Amino acid sequence: MQTTLAKDLAERQALAHSLWQDKIQADVYITIGMGTCGIAAGAGDTVVAIQRELDARGLKVAISQVGCVGMCSYEPMMEIQARGRERINYGNAMAKYVKEIFRHYFDEGELRKAVIVGRAIPTISESHGHQLHSLSFVGPEDGQYIPFQSKQLRIVLSNCGLIDPESIEDYLAVDGYSALQRALCEMTPEEVIAEVLDSGLRGRGGGGFPAGLKWRFARQTPSWPKYVICNADEGDPGAFMDRSVLEGDPHSVIEGMIIAGYAIGAEYGYIYARAEYPLAIHRLNIAIAQARELGLLGENILGSGFNFELQIKEGAGAFVCGEETALMNSIMGERGQPWPRPPYPAVAGVWGQPSNVNNVKSYAYTPRILRMGADWFKSLGTEGSSGTAVFALTGQVERTGLIEVPMGITLREIIFDVGGGIGDNKHFKAVQTGGPLGGCLPRTYLDTPVDFDSLRAAGAVMGSGGMIVADETTCMVEFSKYFMQFVVDESCGKCPPCRIGSTRMLEILERITEGESTLADLDEIKRLARGMQQGSLCALGQLAPSPVLSVLRHFEDEFIAHIEDKECPACVCKALITYRVIPDNCTGCMVCARNCASDAISGEKLQVHEIDPSLCIRCGLCYTVCNFDAIEIISPR
Amino acid sequence: MPIHLTINDKAITVPEGATILEAAGANGIHIPTLCHHPDLTNVGACRMCVVSVERARGVQTACTTPATEGMVVNTMSPAVVETRKFVLEMLLTDHPNDCMTCEVNGDCELQDLVYDYGVKWPEHNGRRHQYEIDPDPNPFIFIDRNKCILCGRCIRTCDEIQNRSIWSFANRGFESKLVAGADQLMLDAGCESCGQCVAYCPVGALFDKMSLGKGRANQAEKVRTTCGYCGVGCNFDLNVRDGEIVRVTSAHDAPVNGMALCVKGRYGYDYVNHPDRLTRPMVRVKWLDAEKVAERVESGQWTLFSEAEQRRASLSYRRTSGDGKSVAPNPQSQISADTFVKTDWDTALNVVAHKFTQVKKELGGEAFALFASAKCTNEENFIFNKFTRQMLATHSIDHCARL
Repeated sequence: MQTTLAKDLAERQALAHSLWQDKIQADVYITIGMGTCGIAAGAGDTVVAIQRELDARGLKVAISQVGCVGMCSYEPMMEIQARGRERINYGNAMAKYVKEIFRHYFDEGELRKAVIVGRAIPTISESHGHQLHSLSFVGPEDGQYIPFQSKQLRIVLSNCGLIDPESIEDYLAVDGYSALQRALCEMTPEEVIAEVLDSGLRGRGGGGFPAGLKWRFARQTPSWPKYVICNADEGDPGAFMDRSVLEGDPHSVIEGMIIAGYAIGAEYGYIYARAEYPLAIHRLNIAIAQARELGLLGENILGSGFNFELQIKEGAGAFVCGEETALMNSIMGERGQPWPRPPYPAVAGVWGQPSNVNNVKSYAYTPRILRMGADWFKSLGTEGSSGTAVFALTGQVERTGLIEVPMGITLREIIFDVGGGIGDNKHFKAVQTGGPLGGCLPRTYLDTPVDFDSLRAAGAVMGSGGMIVADETTCMVEFSKYFMQFVVDESCGKCPPCRIGSTRMLEILERITEGESTLADLDEIKRLARGMQQGSLCALGQLAPSPVLSVLRHFEDEFIAHIEDKECPACVCKALITYRVIPDNCTGCMVCARNCASDAISGEKLQVHEIDPSLCIRCGLCYTVCNFDAIEIISPR
Repeated sequence: MPIHLTINDKAITVPEGATILEAAGANGIHIPTLCHHPDLTNVGACRMCVVSVERARGVQTACTTPATEGMVVNTMSPAVVETRKFVLEMLLTDHPNDCMTCEVNGDCELQDLVYDYGVKWPEHNGRRHQYEIDPDPNPFIFIDRNKCILCGRCIRTCDEIQNRSIWSFANRGFESKLVAGADQLMLDAGCESCGQCVAYCPVGALFDKMSLGKGRANQAEKVRTTCGYCGVGCNFDLNVRDGEIVRVTSAHDAPVNGMALCVKGRYGYDYVNHPDRLTRPMVRVKWLDAEKVAERVESGQWTLFSEAEQRRASLSYRRTSGDGKSVAPNPQSQISADTFVKTDWDTALNVVAHKFTQVKKELGGEAFALFASAKCTNEENFIFNKFTRQMLATHSIDHCARL
């Protein structure tokens, strides 16, 4: 360990920048997306295949691994740039298609399985003499932003896909740790807090509490030691915003935490990351070691006299540990259960000491704000919600992925412009924001601006960034049942309203989907919801009824169809549907009969087949395998 | 600095740091609780003590919220009462409806609150836990998890008062359950069977196994007494029904120990009515005058330690012969030299005094060693000390209070 002074850091940054320039302007520059998503899609094999191809071509090139650019449907993704030529991003870069990608780039060969995502263009925006590097993608022909990116604005995700997350040099090259230098050497803690407050940064974990205010409270508590805690216990189903930041740009989180530590007067920090994120933890460990090596963690950071150390605490996979008090209990080795506030963490948090808990993204925004200035951040987004919002766009939308959009953009723009709308000529039905504690909004709310206050007013919440799109094939009763099941699984069990209330509500939803319910159950749902909202200890229990209530508000007719007519309008609920052969379409090919798991389909070759409803288990396999659209789903039975 | 607040329109002043619950309690305003106990830390789990605080969002738990200057509290607002009723109803939906046969009927905090708030028994077809009743072989502590409301008082009691930390919760949500150690048997988990958890259980989930079926709280009379086992001097209540001790309950106002008791104090009372208990001094025939024995036995003043009594005693202290078979008690149809005779105190003490004198005369005081009992009072032990050193002339005296 060494003490790096501010001028040493500037030298390191300059050196890193020139190395970075050398790297990206080398004869050949190749990157591959190595987030968990890319690796799961086969990026590991792709790296081997690229190396083989490079060897075959006699090229001596180091392959750079980068984080995820958010385009899930294209994974694995790689980029090639040869000196003086365009930098092309290829999708579906499976190991077996690497050869064809190289042939396409270098030999003008034809692409068959791999696809061109776009031309990657490094972009730099400047403010107050500092820079924000990011990567943009434009269509290879028209030069316009590709649709997925057209409405995006990447700030907190700017480095994801741009730099090697395991290289502190790469981070330094893109102006990394400049904000730390500015905070520690040029600003007082109060000035740092004032700047963050002035930027209007609201906590990105879901609550939307002004980050600067939270820091100020922690600073004002006259007790020592204090702690900075990063909440990386991302648990919403289908949400992976924080994971991508940690995997793609861990140093920005670390830099943000050190700055927060300086601001509130804490010398110790915890990153509470779920153990299910092994790659994020691995890269965080590397980043922490690198920062420590450079003297950016440890004692007398940048000669300022400020000390800061950081430790990773692995969570054991409980959703409730994303609740800040449960998280702190977990850090202390206690059962992951929330405690009632007061005391607030800023007064008595982990180990009974003042603690500041923020989400991964909140910390990652901080260095960017201090570098580019509060006014810059404030100029983005809306009046009450400055900056950008990161969403994991999932569900029945054409282009799923991780997106970052300016606050104030409408749901319609996100779902139809960025997400490409609903595929297969199907219709949009609803979008769920805020994960299992959020709410769904129907078509009529598509023009709602996406920011903390507008979403709340519409009956949904911003949450930490899950966005699930449902099309017409989704049964909204089943949809709400899914989220209630999640709450039942994840309730910590401490307080009766959540522990028992969620189970009772799930039982009602199960009865409704099984056609064994009465209209009185709808009132019972509302009564249980009220009890849970009013009586539960933490936000998990208080918000757990929200998805059900929002579905009940916007899709009450579906509930009534299930209850009164025993009909599932979306033909999803097994107890209310039956499968039937359409005689006019059936060719007697026997494919359905062969595939039927319960021998419920009978019929001779070239004769119309028949499904015995008493044997049918409603698995839907016949419907899927029929090549002649000769199976229909009927509800009510 | 004192804090001024208003609870139910009543102006109240409390010291800084007091919770709303404490402030209310000190001023005669009752707020219902389940997971709270004044001896234990507050966790705000049960949601019974919720109150409305002006300008605060939602309801607040009175047990964890500190009173602040100018605070305006309503302990019976519609939202508060509705929440309490909801909580009670939810608890009942996963609780057996067997108050009729429950050990703690009439002495149950849940039952009282359900009564106070007029909560009806919730019929439903949903899930209710069906845990095995009394699955743990611990000889003293009975557990019925079906009745457990997961308030965690037992956990905090064991952790904070007894420092044993045997109890904890396992699983999550509706599947949460009270377990000893890592879901082990209590004794395997290191339980000392002090029964402290039972004393703090607000319902019938934990109970004293020795007292099952012996009588409920309203059927027994409570008699305050001092424990006879050691020198600490714990107080507790003997629960007496029809002249028999059916249970020991600790008392919050006990000056030395409060609610705390050890396994001996709480469960070591069965000797009182035990048939093996010695109630009269017994002397072997050989130490007595044979003629006197015959005469007194004849007249009924003394009695022989009977065969039946001897057999019963030998069951307790069964001796085994070399080959492992138990030796049948000696059927003493006749009086032998070793037969015990239930005599009177004068006779017995005379025998002892005579023997002491004889030994001292022949071998001197150093032949004696005396062992005092912590069950004796200070005064008794003082006399014992004087007797040992001055009468018997030995310093070989010790006592058992090395617990």
